[in-house]
Amino acid sequence: MFTSSENIDPDDEGGVIKKFMFVNRKAPYGTIYALEGLEVVLISAAFEQDVSLAFVDDGVYELKKGQDTKALGQKNFSPTYRALEGYDIEKLYVERESMEFRGLTEDDLLVDVQIVSAAEMADLMVEQDVVISF
Amino acid sequence: MPMVEVAGKSFEVDEEGYLTNLADWNQDIAAYLAQEEKVELTDSHWEVINFLREYYEEYQIAPAVRVLTKAIAKKLGADKGNNKYLYELFPYGPAKQACKIAGLPKPTGCI
Amino acid sequence: MLHIVNKSPFDRNSLESCLRLAKKGSAVLLIEDGVYGATKGSSVEVKVQGAMANLKVYALGADLQARGVADRVLDGVTVVDYGGFVDLVADHSNLQSWL
Repeated sequence: MFTSSENIDPDDEGGVIKKFMFVNRKAPYGTIYALEGLEVVLISAAFEQDVSLAFVDDGVYELKKGQDTKALGQKNFSPTYRALEGYDIEKLYVERESMEFRGLTEDDLLVDVQIVSAAEMADLMVEQDVVISF
Repeated sequence: MPMVEVAGKSFEVDEEGYLTNLADWNQDIAAYLAQEEKVELTDSHWEVINFLREYYEEYQIAPAVRVLTKAIAKKLGADKGNNKYLYELFPYGPAKQACKIAGLPKPTGCI
Repeated sequence: MLHIVNKSPFDRNSLESCLRLAKKGSAVLLIEDGVYGATKGSSVEVKVQGAMANLKVYALGADLQARGVADRVLDGVTVVDYGGFVDLVADHSNLQSWL
């Protein structure tokens, strides 16, 4: 699925910093996408690129407060989003429409994010060097 | 999966020697894993190991070494939150070796 | 920017989200099951037609033909072959594949 590894070669173009955006569009436990996406984000931090995260569609559910997977027997990886700041990944964008369509507000989210309109998100995507969608 | 025996109980580890079940961890196991890594545990080691346990408890991941260094500097001071200090304690890499002794999985993005 | 959508709009919301989040002037290439979004008479026709005011929409000919819908492509959609697919990728500085 993640085939763009050549794009994050730290020696690429003499260490030029590229803008990477990871777009999260899937809910956390029904499929593996959200967790895989988060792991790729953590790995990308090692390459010291300009990383941002977008949460769109069901991806907003990844940030819902109060996740508890004990009864499910799966790992609750939602606390890891709060670790991203320590990895210098501080640009988290949530599309307002996706959030509101799901009956959620900013108070429902477990980490500080910037809420943006669809048009603002479109602008953010266009300015990236690499966009990887999960 | 390989099994190790510590203080009369068996525990599962992965092919690289990391404890499979986080909840199995105790101080005896830490001592055993340290011995396997040829690390003699001092209070300074325990301070880092306990820090890692707390970090994992809070964030559900083992931190990358750069993140660990920064977080330790923040909590325990710059004299401890630096590579020199941490590599002296854990010569084969603080994230990797200390995580193993702390019973955590190998850090994501550990390269 | 080039957006690539490969899922049927009747199965997933990839196309819908893509059209919502694609900036004016961007290109959208429909491939695999995504080509159903480029066909006439469907419930997404109006949405796609509307989006074409701001976006350039392409569909991969081989995928249209394979699905028996090459004869009902929406007006305004440009059908491309694999060479055209490569050109689109080469002509845009960045792209996003919608999963």
